[in-house]
This record gives sequence, C-alpha cells and structure tokens, in this order.
Amino acid sequence: MTAQALPSLRRRPTARVPTGAAWLALATVTIGLYIAFRGEWTLPHERSAPLFGVFNDARDALAETRRSVPWFGAILDGIRGFGTWLAESAIDGLIGVGWPVVIAVTGALALVFGGWPLAVLAAGALALVGALGLWEPAMQTLGLTLAAVALSLLFGIPLGILAGKSERVQAALAPVLDALQIMPQFAYLIPFVILFQIGPGPAALVTMLYAMPATIRITALGIRGVPSATLEAARSLGTTPGQALRKVELPLAGQTIGIAVNQTIMLAVSMVVITALINGPGLGVTILRAVQVTNVGAALEAGLAIVLIAIVLDRLTEQATVRLDPRSQASYSSKADRPRRGPAPIAIVGLLAVVGVVLVMAVIGGRWDEFPEEASGLTFREPVNDIVGWVRINLFFLTDTLKEVFTAVVLNPLEGVLTQAPFWLVIGAGGAVALLVSGVRAALIVVACLLGIVGLQLWEHAMETLATVAVATAITMTLGVGFGIGAALNARFSRGLRPVLDAAQTLPAFVYLLPAIALFSASRFTAIVAAVIFAVPPVVRLVEAGIRSVPAPTVEAARSAGASTGQLLRKVQLPIARPAILVATNQGIVMVLGMVVLGGLVGAGALGYDVVAGFSQRNDFGMGVAAGIAIVLLGIALDRTTHGAGRRRQVAEAGLSRP
Amino acid sequence: MRQRLPTRALAGVAMLGVLVMACSATPGAASPSGSAAASASGSASQPAAGGTVNIAVNPWVGYEANAAVVGYLLENELGYEVEKKALAEQVSWEGFPTGEVDVILENWGHEDLKEEFIESQGVAVEAGETGNTGIIGWYVPPWLAAEHPEVLDWENLNDLAESFRTSESGDKGQFLIGDPSFVTNDAAIINALELNYEVVPAGSEAALIEAFRAAEEQKEWLIGYFYEPQWFLAQVPLERVTLPPYEEGCDADPESIPCDYPDYTLDKIVSKTFADEGGSAFELVKSFQWTNEDQNVVADYITNEFAGDPDAAGKAAEKWVTDPANEATWRAWLPGA
Repeated sequence: MTAQALPSLRRRPTARVPTGAAWLALATVTIGLYIAFRGEWTLPHERSAPLFGVFNDARDALAETRRSVPWFGAILDGIRGFGTWLAESAIDGLIGVGWPVVIAVTGALALVFGGWPLAVLAAGALALVGALGLWEPAMQTLGLTLAAVALSLLFGIPLGILAGKSERVQAALAPVLDALQIMPQFAYLIPFVILFQIGPGPAALVTMLYAMPATIRITALGIRGVPSATLEAARSLGTTPGQALRKVELPLAGQTIGIAVNQTIMLAVSMVVITALINGPGLGVTILRAVQVTNVGAALEAGLAIVLIAIVLDRLTEQATVRLDPRSQASYSSKADRPRRGPAPIAIVGLLAVVGVVLVMAVIGGRWDEFPEEASGLTFREPVNDIVGWVRINLFFLTDTLKEVFTAVVLNPLEGVLTQAPFWLVIGAGGAVALLVSGVRAALIVVACLLGIVGLQLWEHAMETLATVAVATAITMTLGVGFGIGAALNARFSRGLRPVLDAAQTLPAFVYLLPAIALFSASRFTAIVAAVIFAVPPVVRLVEAGIRSVPAPTVEAARSAGASTGQLLRKVQLPIARPAILVATNQGIVMVLGMVVLGGLVGAGALGYDVVAGFSQRNDFGMGVAAGIAIVLLGIALDRTTHGAGRRRQVAEAGLSRP
Repeated sequence: MRQRLPTRALAGVAMLGVLVMACSATPGAASPSGSAAASASGSASQPAAGGTVNIAVNPWVGYEANAAVVGYLLENELGYEVEKKALAEQVSWEGFPTGEVDVILENWGHEDLKEEFIESQGVAVEAGETGNTGIIGWYVPPWLAAEHPEVLDWENLNDLAESFRTSESGDKGQFLIGDPSFVTNDAAIINALELNYEVVPAGSEAALIEAFRAAEEQKEWLIGYFYEPQWFLAQVPLERVTLPPYEEGCDADPESIPCDYPDYTLDKIVSKTFADEGGSAFELVKSFQWTNEDQNVVADYITNEFAGDPDAAGKAAEKWVTDPANEATWRAWLPGA
C-alpha cells in the first residue's frame, strides 16, 4: 500500500503558479455554462451499452479460441499449472513442515537480522496467529504471498535493471506501470478469471502482477541511483558491463532493491486477501465469509492475523536490507563500532535448535501441521460483536442521522451537479483545472482520459464515482493534514501515532469495510468512511515528513524574527511543505479511488458496483471490463491533475530512507 | 568484507533449511489436493477413504445449509474429505474445467451457463433437482402490508415512490437488492413497468435481512428483492408484491422485463470428471433431495442457533442429521439405499 507513494520516474514538468484571476475566470465561465446548459448533453447510464456487448463477444471468442486452438489453450494451461504448482508447493510446504519449524526458522532469521527484540516479535506474532486458531489459513496466505513475491522478483528485478539502464525501456514501461498501479485490486480479477479460471494458481499470478510494478520501479530507481563517477571508475579499470552490474551496480543498489522486496511483499499481502474471490485460499476467505454474514469480530481476528504476518515480513526484510547493504557495513570502521543486533553465536544456537526440532519431529512423527488445539482458544470476536451490536442499536439515531444528513447535504448535490452538467463542460473544466495546476501536458492527458470514459459509455457512473472520491478525498485531506501538522509539531503525538499508522497501513483494504458497514450499513457513505480510514495514514506520514523537512536554519531564522508557532506554520512551514502536501493529496486520491471501488461490495454503487457485478455476473462482464478501464482513466486524470508523477518522485526519493 | 560473512552465511543456511524442509515435508497426511482440505468442517479422526470433494458454497445461507448437510454426510458416512469454497454463484462455474469445483449444490436456473459449460465446453453435467423450489419476488415488511395494503399491487407503486425514498435513491423510491453477485431482473422490471424506483444494493444477504428486520421493527417503508427458501421468512413473514405474472418468454429481453420472476426448480451441477469418477460421493450428491422446510431448519440453525460459531455449518448439519426425525430422509441419499 505504501508503495503507491513510490516513484514514477517521469521527468517533472515545471509547476506554474496559477493566478487568482485565472481561477476566477474559470469558475465564472463554468458556473455560467452550467446554469445555461444544466440537464442537457448528459450521458445517462445504459446497462447494455453496445460496447459492453463487444467485450462480452470478445470474451466468448476467447473461450472459443481456447477450445479450438490447442496451443493457445496449452500455453494458458501451462502458465496456470506452473502458478498452481508453485502456490500449492509453498502452502503445503509451510503447513507440512509444522508450526514449530516455521516459528523457529522465522525467529532464527529475525535473530540474525535484527537481534533478540525482532526475534521475540516475530516468533510471538506467529504464535499469536496460531493462538487465534488461524494457523492454517495464515500459512495459506503466507505461502501464496511468498509464491507471488518470488515470481514478482524473478521477473521484476531484471525488468527493473533494464528500465534503470535504458531510457527507452523506461519510457515504454512507464504508462503500463502507471495503469497497473492505478487499477484497483478488484479490477485485476476480471481478466484473470477468463484466462486462468479460479484457484490458488491464478491467485498467485494475479498477485504477482499487482505487486510487480513496485519491484520494477524501485529496482530501476536503485540502479539509476548508482553514482556515475563510481561506474566510470569501474569502467576505466576495464570491467565488462556484466561485471560492472554484478560487482558495482547491484551491490550499490542493494538497499534500494531491498526496499523493492519489502514493498513487493507488502503489496502482495494486501492483494492475496482479495484473491479469496477467485478461490485463493487463506485468511481472505475467512474475511470474505465474515463480510457476507456481517460478523465483525471474526473478520477482525483474521485481519489481525494478516497484520501480524505483514509486520513480521516487513520488519524482517527491512532489517535484512540494512544488514546486507555494503554501505551500512562500510560506514563503521571496525566491528566494535557497529550496532550490535544479534550476537552470531546465539543465532547459531538458534539454528541448531531448529535442526534439532526437525530431527525430533522426523523421529517421533506426530501432527505438527496443525497448531495445538489447547493453545488456540484465543478469541475476541464475541466482545467485538457485542460492542458493534450495542453501537448499532443504541447509537443508530446518531450514525443514521450523520449518514443521511451528509448524503443529502454534501454527496447528493455534488453528484447531481456532476451528472447533470453537460459532459463537455465537465471535461473542459477538468482540463482547465489540470492546466492551471499542472501544465499543458497534464491538461491534454486529463481531457483524453475523460473523453475515453465517454467512449466507454460509463460517463454517468464515472461522475457518481468522482463525486464520492472528491468528498472522501476532501475529508481525508482535512484529517490527514491536521494529524500531520500535529505530528510534525509534537514529537510525543508523533510517537503515539506511529504504531497506529503502521497497523493501519498493513491492514488489508478489505478489513476497513467492516467497521464502516457495521456502523452505517451499505451505502455510499459507508464506502467513504472506509476510504477515509484507509487513506488517512499515508497522508499523515507525507505531510509530517514534508513539514519536518523544512530546513532547521529557515525555522530558526523565522523564530528569531519573532514568528509565533502559528505564524511559523502558516508563513514558513506549510508553504515550503507545499510539494509534499500536493503529493499527499495525490496519494490520498489514488487510495480513495481504490477503496471506493471495493465499496462496490457494500453497496457503494457506480463504477465500483459495475466492476463487482462484472466480475460476478456473466452478462455484465463487458460492463465490468469497461468500468475497470474507466476507473484507470479516472485515476490517471485525477493523478495528473494533482500533478502526481513528477512530485511523487521527489518525495519518494527523500522517503526511501525510511523513518 | 570478511566480517560480513557469518551473517550472510547464516541467513543462507536458514533459508536453505526452510527450502529443504518445505520440499521434504507433507507426503504422509497429504490428501489429493493438499493439506488445505483439513480446513473443512470437522472430523480429523476419519481418514479420507475416497479423496476430496470440492463443494462451491455460494453466498446465501440456504445454499450453505445444503453444503453443510451433504458435506457432513460425505465426511462422516462415506469417509471423504470435503473442501468448501466460498465463491459467487457464476464464478463457481469457472471452477469446473480445472477441478477447483466438483459440485454446485443449489443452482438457480442459469441457462446461459448451462449452455456454455455443459453444452459447449462439456465440462459439467446436471445432477438432478434438490427438491427445493426457488421463489424470487418483490417483498415488503408485514407491518407495511397490514397498514398500507395498496402497496401489494405494483400498479400503486409509482404513487407510493415518495415514501420509499432514501438518501441513496435520490428523488426516486428505493428498491433494495442483496449481494451484487445475485442475478436479478429488478432494474429491467422497473424499466419495463416504468416505475419511478432506483435499485440500491445492500451488499450481502445478511445486510438485506438486517434491513428488512430493521424496517419491521422500526416501522419503516422498505421494498426489496427477497426469496425462498429462506429461514428469515419464518421470523418476519414478508409479504410479496403482485407483479404482472410470469409467462414463458416475457423475460427474453434482459433490459426490459414486464413480468414477475418465474419459480425456479433448483438443481445440482457437477463437473464431468466428478460425475465419471466421483464414485459414492457422486451417488450421494445425485440422490440428495429435500424440502424447503428441511433447508430452512438447517439454515436457521446456522444463522441463529450456532451464530458466531466458527463451525456453525458443521454443528447445524450434525444437529439435523442426528435428529431421528430426519434419519429416513438422509439415509435414502446414501449409495445402495
């Protein structure tokens, strides 16, 4: 999830500061035209627009080709078979070796990379998963994740190296990666079911595809980050390009590639959960079932298990990256200066213990593939469900009023304006806003994307989605900037907030639907609430980082000139942090968009519902595909308007040395 | 440089260890499709005699009741492993070609899917009726039917649209449906009958039930999609709204359907492979037949009696199967009965 903040390597267009007059003119013209043409030139939704039929026919033709052209079917089956084999081997392996081994090996790795605290954290987290009675689904999730990550790295790192070394590859990949990163998780599933049916194999493959853009982009960034002077030096010593890659570039890019691995894993974990919809095994199934019967407690337990797994994987890869980076080693002149993480002898003892356990297991046999039942009675679903039930009954008047008023006062009017305005007015206004904020190039892209949505015959639903996204983004930014400023100004607040943000960012998007649906039942408002919870954490982080990055001398200078804290914030810190806040807006929008689509599962309607319906109903397949593309176009339009690509790179580079 | 070696070597050894163990593991207890099978409800004591049966479980509790009882009997009477897969109804069919899904236990119509997977692809076959009759219709809560009986006739719905308005339906009346994966004609009916209503999805069966329950308790106006067999109707007897009756072919145009839903004869679909090689498991699936009342009882156990239990389906099935009153029913499904 955090990876979406990561780099797009486009060159950054020069920002232009829009004048007040231009904005005023734009607003006046837009409002005037809206009043004049309201209700005309609208494009109401048709459930069976001709284009959808075209997609349906394409699907049928594909199925037919698959039957009639043996090699085509064989290739697809081969890919599927390989994915299935890999996923099932990983899952069976993890479950088969038994829980003591998984816990001990993870603990030993943690000990080697991060010392005792990490070892205790890792082993404890896994044991807790077992205690929740979720060992088996958790291992299925872990196995599927590892299989997908292995594939992502296998294909992604070479592609990333290529993109890092060749401008042409970079330019060719960029739009594809953009589209893949903006496409909501759910929309990935539709083509996959057609090509590879359902099961753990397709689940691993779709997860690979979702996580790989991050692998490619960050690897490329690492390769590009190798100082050219170093490379020149290597060349002048007569190294071949291959040697230079192996001995110079890869080691120096090591830490960045480590981050690529880390981000790939985190993205894979979040996607694996969604693959429950195509029969991907694991905790996602548990959550999906819980959503279907609105059992908040059960979903929260499974959600916690996912968070625990994600935290273990995150910390482990993070520490391994630091540990294996040559520069971090080189900067300590002698062994004694290095921070002591894990004393090696203890690690050896740990590994020996693991081997011992394996031997004992082999000798005495017994069932280690199931977590002992006596130790797995931990549950908190009932108290959680009790609380939810109490809130639902006793605070209904409050939650319901909030939802109704908000929908009637904010959401519906905005949606009305967007759907009732002539489509050319929305496109023109969107292009003009992009022009003022981000320049000519962005404006052209925005106009093209919006025209594409018209072409997809999904204009009305796209406008409804846009209204929801706009409202959710506004709330997200208000909360995110507020918390971000608070965290930047107050170290204690920041420290207290950090674990909450950590957990919030690792929790899969799915899980956010539950508290929202429990409180507000199914509605667009529910999707907005879930989207806000989902998108606020990264915004807080980016804003905090932005304000903190204001150079200390600047702050000092302002202070000594007599600025109060408020003045300092308004006149100095916020203006300087403006690029970071824009990036945060951009990031917030992309995340909100993804969540609003998932909201289709809880009655959020519009494009999200079209995608969900297209996935689960055969006749609506075409509509689902078109809606998936429309969401990507809408996402790119919003992204360019907020000037994402260029500025994202800046902050991503600054943020790569994680806090 | 040399100082770094131990760490790296150790990491390498550890990873190698994981790999080796992963590769050497499992054979002992493995079932045909791997250890995932153990996740299905219950009985670790009974070894798999006949392999694994993959049952798709679609997201409504009536279906879950079928799967619970058939799964229970497969495990406890015939010694199979059962793997239940939570899937949307149409997605389930995609599991037939690859063996991800062996059995669909409650199919509602889907002539187009039968055409594709049975006729064209030849990967699935019909396995007989479940004995249940499926009824889909438009329903209102009982209090509304009692106080405003005019709501039960579709011709009055336009006059009443104002009362059904919600913040989700804008200036139209709200028509509530359930899970987005359910196949519904409601938008097409509204279109054909020129009703001033907007279809709003509740998100799931549970949310739909919750909405009807709340509407009855708080005397709110609500009209929506509902269906039998369904345990909830025993608790809150929703009243069905009269639409123009179904006639053969009146639902030909998916955009505009000026008539009610037909009654569905619910049936079972299995993969071709399972029909050919499923042995006594296939026999059981094929013979499985019960009444709407039977299904409602088990669905009620799952939803209410064992609410919140992680193995609600298994316990509900056990309770129903071990009730002597039902023994004759399920014994008749067993092979050789």
